[in-house]
Amino acid sequence: MSVTEPLTPGVMVPQPFRVLTRTQDTYDTFTLTFEAVHGEAPVIAPGQFMMVYVFGIGEVPISVSGVSEHGEVVLTVRAVGAVSAAICASREGSVLGMRGPLGNSWPIQSACGGDVVVVAGGIGLAPLRMLIRHVIASRQDFSAFSVLYGARTPGDLLYLDELEDWRKASDVAVTVDRADSDWHGQVGVVPKLVSSAHFVGDSTRAFVCGPEVMMDFTVQALLARGVASERIYLSMERHMDCGVGLCGHCQLGPTLICRDGAVYTYAEIGRWMGVREL
Amino acid sequence: MPQQLDSLLAQIPLFEGLNAETLTLLAGCASNVSFEAGAPIMRRGDPADAFYVMRHGSAVLETYIPARGAVTIETLEAGEVLGWSWLFAPYRWHLDARALTHVRATAFDGACLRGKCQNDPVLGYELMSRFAQVVIERLQWTRLRLIDVYGNDERH
Repeated sequence: MSVTEPLTPGVMVPQPFRVLTRTQDTYDTFTLTFEAVHGEAPVIAPGQFMMVYVFGIGEVPISVSGVSEHGEVVLTVRAVGAVSAAICASREGSVLGMRGPLGNSWPIQSACGGDVVVVAGGIGLAPLRMLIRHVIASRQDFSAFSVLYGARTPGDLLYLDELEDWRKASDVAVTVDRADSDWHGQVGVVPKLVSSAHFVGDSTRAFVCGPEVMMDFTVQALLARGVASERIYLSMERHMDCGVGLCGHCQLGPTLICRDGAVYTYAEIGRWMGVREL
Repeated sequence: MPQQLDSLLAQIPLFEGLNAETLTLLAGCASNVSFEAGAPIMRRGDPADAFYVMRHGSAVLETYIPARGAVTIETLEAGEVLGWSWLFAPYRWHLDARALTHVRATAFDGACLRGKCQNDPVLGYELMSRFAQVVIERLQWTRLRLIDVYGNDERH
């Protein structure tokens, strides 16, 4: 067999990225900043993900949570498995492999002129962070802007400093499922925040990311507020291996999430959500 | 005062769509109340002689666990209903509630409303249906929390 075409660098072949900074966000979640060892920094749109390869351990998809002004890639990773734990444990100066950026992105421009509501659950805030920053940077292009964020406990909340900054340009509501008496914020599930958020249903686009059950409840709350299913965008998640639509492991109904998503409208993907064995 | 309450009740989501006659009936059992931040609104075991519709501020439902202290169960905001133990015997609160900020609310006398519901089954059915929706919604949110949706996920 002869190879007639080289593999596409960046998509098929992991490129080396060096860890520049590593910050612990919560007891199991870290934010790391990477620079490309060779070549130019990748151009990444909000909502895209990278396949991150820890040499000798394995590869996982990680949503990009930010890009610095110098093009450094920011990933927020929760240590839940062997690979993600190894990423979180990576020291400054160590080198990991990355393929990407992969997947589609949040259609932010479609929301211009209208209201925007962002609903995030848990680590689901990470894939929405770039979108939030974009809306705030172009605040005059949008009407009402709400960020609704929920987590398991106060100790699981991400980007606490940034949340305070975001309050200057948006209505930020934060809730947790469980809290002790020293927590003075809201207690309850994040979909509940939708009912009291400031937006007009028929002029709103909603961007939602979190556990699928949480997204399902959130969608129902958004529909009840008059947001059309074509204007509700979800970042879907299934087991991904190749990241480029070849292996089929992330198939959901007629779509491959890595290739066609991970962002879909509820009108596109709703009928497949909650279907067993999909 | 009842006239002012009529118009106030018409803006409460729980009573959305009710006709003026029904709102007047309800207003006859209602009064406006306020609680300073930190003030108790209800205490477990006390007579559940009213329910509240929050109009401003936030309150917490909580329960006391020995050696752990007060544990917040849920936060309630403007527009939400606080208390449904007035509906069913033994008419005692099951939880504590406390104003988290300054709270303005409309209080409804439970015995007064139960009497009106018994005399007017249509009103009774309407009110029970609306409270059932509140209870079902709270139950759904509680189930969602029981699932512990923020468990492990490999992607992020």
